[in-house]
Amino acid sequence: MSIVECVDVQKTYHQGKVQVHALRGISLSIEKGGFVALAGPSGSGKTTMLNMIGGLDQADSGRIVVGGKVFENMNQSQIADLRLYNVGFVFQAYNLIPVLSAIENVEFVMLLQGIPADERQKRAKAILDEVGLENKYDRRPAELSGGQQQRVAVARAIVSNPSIVLADEPTANLDSVTGNGLLKIMKDMNEIKKVTFIFSTHDSMVMDYARRIIYLRDGQIAKDKIK
Amino acid sequence: MPIDLKMAWRNIWRNPRRTFLTIAAIAFASIILVFMLSFQFGSYEAMINSSVKIQTGHLQIQAPGYKDKQSIHMVVTDPEAVGAFLNNSSEVAAYTFRARAFSLVSSEERTYGIMITGIDPSSEAGVSTLKTSIRRGKYLFEENPNQEIVPALIGELLARNLQVGLGDELTVLGQGRDGSIAASVIHIKGIYRSGLDEFDRASIHIPLQQFQDIYSMRGAIHEVVVVGKSLRQVPEIKKRLLAGIKTTDSKSSLRVLDWMELMPGLRQAIEMDLFSGIIFYIILIIVVAFSILNTFLMAIIERTKEFGVMMAIGTTRGRLTRLLLIESFSMTVIGMVTGAVLGSLITWYFQVNGIDISGSSELLSHYGISGRLYPKLSLASIISGPMAVMIITFLAALYPALKIRRLRPVEAISHV
Ligand SMILES: Nc1ncnc2c1ncn2[C@@H]1O[C@H](COP(=O)(O)OP(=O)(O)OP(=O)(O)O)[C@@H](O)[C@H]1O
Ligand SMILES: [Mg+2]
Repeated sequence: MSIVECVDVQKTYHQGKVQVHALRGISLSIEKGGFVALAGPSGSGKTTMLNMIGGLDQADSGRIVVGGKVFENMNQSQIADLRLYNVGFVFQAYNLIPVLSAIENVEFVMLLQGIPADERQKRAKAILDEVGLENKYDRRPAELSGGQQQRVAVARAIVSNPSIVLADEPTANLDSVTGNGLLKIMKDMNEIKKVTFIFSTHDSMVMDYARRIIYLRDGQIAKDKIK
Repeated sequence: MPIDLKMAWRNIWRNPRRTFLTIAAIAFASIILVFMLSFQFGSYEAMINSSVKIQTGHLQIQAPGYKDKQSIHMVVTDPEAVGAFLNNSSEVAAYTFRARAFSLVSSEERTYGIMITGIDPSSEAGVSTLKTSIRRGKYLFEENPNQEIVPALIGELLARNLQVGLGDELTVLGQGRDGSIAASVIHIKGIYRSGLDEFDRASIHIPLQQFQDIYSMRGAIHEVVVVGKSLRQVPEIKKRLLAGIKTTDSKSSLRVLDWMELMPGLRQAIEMDLFSGIIFYIILIIVVAFSILNTFLMAIIERTKEFGVMMAIGTTRGRLTRLLLIESFSMTVIGMVTGAVLGSLITWYFQVNGIDISGSSELLSHYGISGRLYPKLSLASIISGPMAVMIITFLAALYPALKIRRLRPVEAISHV
């Protein structure tokens, strides 16, 4: 069963008189429980694709279905709800709310979902333990290393059991050792919790973790490799 | 603590210096407003009290039309009946009768047109400050030992203009109530200085009885001057008097006028002063509002990426707006409360010790106030300024907070 379904997705950005065809007809289907890398050179459309799947941006044409929900038929607040309950995000950097501690950051999503305080705490602690931050609950983002911050972001993304986690170059700001550590954690979470991960990267070492690599070039799929 | 409050509080202190300056600006404006409003209210009250004590009393009972025409024919024919009623009114602190006539007074050197007022020396002393403002000579005696001589009190400036002093005589020429010529010679027994130049330049007081003889008043007077226990009670007393006058004499058409009606000029002066004050306050508040606006626009620009991430993970725009409004509201409230408290303390100090204003305010000296002025704290002067600051700064903060509603997550996240 596929969790993400894209059919002929097109996106053109207008910058003054220049038109940039960021996506030129992308069709793909991603299986539930997948661990998928979006690869490709800079400007190939990776970020744009992830934003489309996460409902942060709208396609000009084509069809996007996430967890059985067709974006075309949804209004903004329904898409926002879909993001809240079904999609987790990890960005390249500055993922966390700076005034909240690690555990408060993780709790924040559950708070938006209306989960009671004691359950929030329990789940946040458990997930922070799983990503290896058992002693760092009360640190603010500024008091955590870049790798630790990204792990908090991963914890936050998966804590409410979303259908997919979208990660846009999650390791780009990390050195290779730390980046590998983060990828291992993501893969563990993927295997233990069966959460679907779609992440973009330039880095061939990061791609090695993926079970499927979708290569983009100029807004089109150049190669789709399933290991 | 709810998460929104917690986040707002921590966000406020992310940039302590900027926050401190913003709060200080709000507090500063509040302090100024509390002090200035108290100062203005205090000076108005002093102006009113001094004018009331020198001239009009809190209220007067007069014949209809007398206030505008000041005609000698418009009289209260039976002052004793009114007096009997006033004696039974507990809220009336004191009252006195006066009769007034515009007359020409001449010394050997000069002639002036002035107002001659007949007063009852003892009850007048309970109503006005005339007795205590005698600078030379003596106040009028209760019983006039020599009916042949008409004793008189004269304003210092008028005496100077007429070039007369204690013991000198003046000739008075006017018109009596019956249309006859009223003429007399008066003897200067006392010279007063009330501080109100207008008054000291154009008034002479003689005993009421002799006034009534000279001007053929046949027992009538022009003004029943009433004072209550305080200025605040005036509207209340006025209501009672209006009702009471009708019951004393159903045919009576007497009017009850309060100090505002008796001294329209004073009221206008106060309104003008308040108005120019308010313009200054508005400018002050707008300056402060811009500082708040600036703080929040900067904060929003700095935090755009953060807002983008928050929106991406499911925070609604409404919640972000609320967060920002809580932040600005807290800062405003902290500044406002600090300002109101400090402003009250500072004002309190001057309320106790007074401010030396001698020669600095024309308006005040015009209304007989010189030397020290005491600002007056009141609920209105403590609350209204800071409240205005709060409302306007809050409105200023609304604009940046509402900008959030146009923020798109993708663009916000890619914001550097
Ligand atoms: N908001 C935008 N306005 C105009 N053009 C845009 C916008 N966002 C992306 N683009 C353009 O669309 C194309 C695809 O961009 P995208 O960010 O998806 O690439 P990417 O594969 O993520 O690149 P990178 O590896 O550098 O992050 C690029 O040519 C980019 O310049
Ligand atoms: Mg990108």
